[in-house]
Amino acid sequence: MEQFGIWLAALLTIGIISFLYKDNILYKACEAIFVGVSAGYWFVTYFWDNLYRKFYLGIQGAELSDQIFLWMAVALGVMMLTRLFDKIGWLSRWPLAFIIGATAGLYMMTYFVSNAFVQIGATITPPPSMETIGDKISFVLIAIGTFCGLIYFFFSKEHKGAFGGAAKVGIWFLMVTFGASFGYTVMSRMSLMLGRFDFLFGEWLGLIK
Amino acid sequence: MRREIPIAITFIVGVVFAVSYFIPREPFSEFESQFGDWFGIIAAFAIWLGAMNLMKISIVKIGRKSPDYFYSILIIVSFLMIVFFGFFEGYKGIYADPQFSYRDAGTGFNWIYEYIYSSLSATMFALLAFFVASASYRAFRARNLEATLLLISAFFVMFGRVPIGDMLTGWLPDGYTMSGWANWIMSVPNTAGQRAIMIGIALGLVSTSLRIILGLERSYLGGE
Amino acid sequence: MKRTELVVSSLIVVALMICKFLLPKPLLFSPLVSTIVTILIGCAFLVIFILTVKGKPIERRIVFLVVGIALVFPFFMKVELPIRISPEVQQVYDKMSSLPAGSKVLAAFDYDPPSAPELQPMADAFMKYAFEHDFKVIMMGLWPQGPQQANQSVEAAWAYNPQWMPDSADEKVYGVDYVNLGFQSGNEFVILRMGESFKSMFPADLYYTAYDSVPLLKNIHNFSNIDWGVNFSAGKPGTVEWVQIAVDRHNLPMSAGNTAVQAPMAYPYLNAGQLIGLMGGMAGAAEFEKLTGHTGKAITFLLSQTYAHVAVILFILIGNVAFFLNKKEKK
Repeated sequence: MEQFGIWLAALLTIGIISFLYKDNILYKACEAIFVGVSAGYWFVTYFWDNLYRKFYLGIQGAELSDQIFLWMAVALGVMMLTRLFDKIGWLSRWPLAFIIGATAGLYMMTYFVSNAFVQIGATITPPPSMETIGDKISFVLIAIGTFCGLIYFFFSKEHKGAFGGAAKVGIWFLMVTFGASFGYTVMSRMSLMLGRFDFLFGEWLGLIK
Repeated sequence: MRREIPIAITFIVGVVFAVSYFIPREPFSEFESQFGDWFGIIAAFAIWLGAMNLMKISIVKIGRKSPDYFYSILIIVSFLMIVFFGFFEGYKGIYADPQFSYRDAGTGFNWIYEYIYSSLSATMFALLAFFVASASYRAFRARNLEATLLLISAFFVMFGRVPIGDMLTGWLPDGYTMSGWANWIMSVPNTAGQRAIMIGIALGLVSTSLRIILGLERSYLGGE
Repeated sequence: MKRTELVVSSLIVVALMICKFLLPKPLLFSPLVSTIVTILIGCAFLVIFILTVKGKPIERRIVFLVVGIALVFPFFMKVELPIRISPEVQQVYDKMSSLPAGSKVLAAFDYDPPSAPELQPMADAFMKYAFEHDFKVIMMGLWPQGPQQANQSVEAAWAYNPQWMPDSADEKVYGVDYVNLGFQSGNEFVILRMGESFKSMFPADLYYTAYDSVPLLKNIHNFSNIDWGVNFSAGKPGTVEWVQIAVDRHNLPMSAGNTAVQAPMAYPYLNAGQLIGLMGGMAGAAEFEKLTGHTGKAITFLLSQTYAHVAVILFILIGNVAFFLNKKEKK
């Protein structure tokens, strides 16, 4: 069964890679299988890990109030499925409103604290480990880059004069950032393809030690 | 009923999560915990909704004999195949002694995961490697100062993150080789740029979240 | 199907069958062959350069082919490459190596198979190190695929040292030395709930054993009982969410291994001290493997990665040189 699996996986891998030549039947078939299997995978895992393990096992021996709370969540979840039916589809707005509200409430605080407050603090507070002149220059550069980058994103004032100059410096920092991200993206994409070639030439063809 | 209740739900839940950050005590902490559980369960139903919708659309396509309906058949067959193994083995595993998971090595579900799902999903994303290279050749030009900065930064990072960079610049003092420059770019200008983006996004998120919680932003409710 | 396409597909099938049934296994190039292959790839770039400068840019499929060759051929070359450790990977290792035996480590596997080539080597090296140093490992995933990737890293550790397998002399006992809590949906809300109580989020482990019945989890209630957390992340939910809730709200000391696409975004967290070290992409994984002494796929693939980077750099250079030469001619 393992050998059959390897041959099948190789065929599917080549099927997807064939898209590089041009769109074709084999690629489309692989794509359809991928969509179906992915949907099924998520469907099953969410059933066993969530509904069974979290909900069903969670209510076993739980206090009545906790049980009621969990049943309420299931009721909201079922309301989500009403979207499949035109007449009662509006009921799905309730769980949707819950998801939106919870996400908004949590993000408002977590993003403000971790991604704004702490970051501003780290930008203006010299770290205790700052010993060499290089460290000091780096610290100042980070502060300048962050400040100018933020100015660039501030569109309520026209980018002119000193403000425009700072915004320009901000763009330079952002460009270096995007360049670094591009470099890392190349590394990432190549790694993923390496993984597939490793499978084809190693596991399937057996050419790699 | 159709708009007021959802707006009220958004407000109450949003306030609970925001306030419990500052007052992690009863009743806020209790509500925060319960709502945390709710989120996971509702998210699961949302996933099922997506899967069921996919089936619905595929069945309709087959019924209408739309062009390429053969692919819809493939979607349904592959969906049912993994769902069958997932439910059958999941059920079997619960009542087996010792219990096992439907995800364990040796199960049909894991076989599909390893040989079909993994290879398809991994190759699908891996294809981007070729398109990145093609784009580098055709579109990555140093047309102005900004693009040149981007290019130079990418050049140093790409060279510095693999051993050849250091092999070519090994004659330079320690810390000034390619990897040293790549490290510096990542930890100084990249950190500054990413931080500016991060702070900008965070402030935008705070204002949008406030608008949602206060009911000023209602687009998520759709029409009617 | 056109005739040429049929011929090309037949040729590919024949080539693959030759590889499968006729070539020696494993295939290893001698230094001479490796040099010749490298020179040939260089020549290909020279031809591409000349054509591009002449205003005849090559077709994208040729670019794909060259990249493919640059990725595949180094598989068969044997070249030892020096690996220099970056400070952020060193930080991860320093933190990990400072932990005493018996430390409770939370490992979050937040990725799926597409990102496995980058993250699995880190996870494998971590798992081998953790078993070697008797850490108590609690695995989980915010992605549904996470628990299966976690199991794969355990299997990698077993393959490295079969004595850790069940019923072996130095067996690592499931539930005592390591446990897989599985996956729960809810993204950051899962972490939020775990901050109060692990049990409430995971009433049972992956094998439906009740939380209280797992010996390893007896005294673990929330993040305050965890000595160190490590997150292997390919996106959302992942490192950002762990930093925002587990680190900033519950003070969990945490390190991260990210895909290279995501890693640059994590540097502000690293600089602010929210993360203790960061492993970025396959290069980070190779450094981590070197530090732990567990050579794996990341180190093995480094030569292919190098060739691929050089190929992309050459493509950029060729494109730009042609661009400037043409610009000059137009003037």
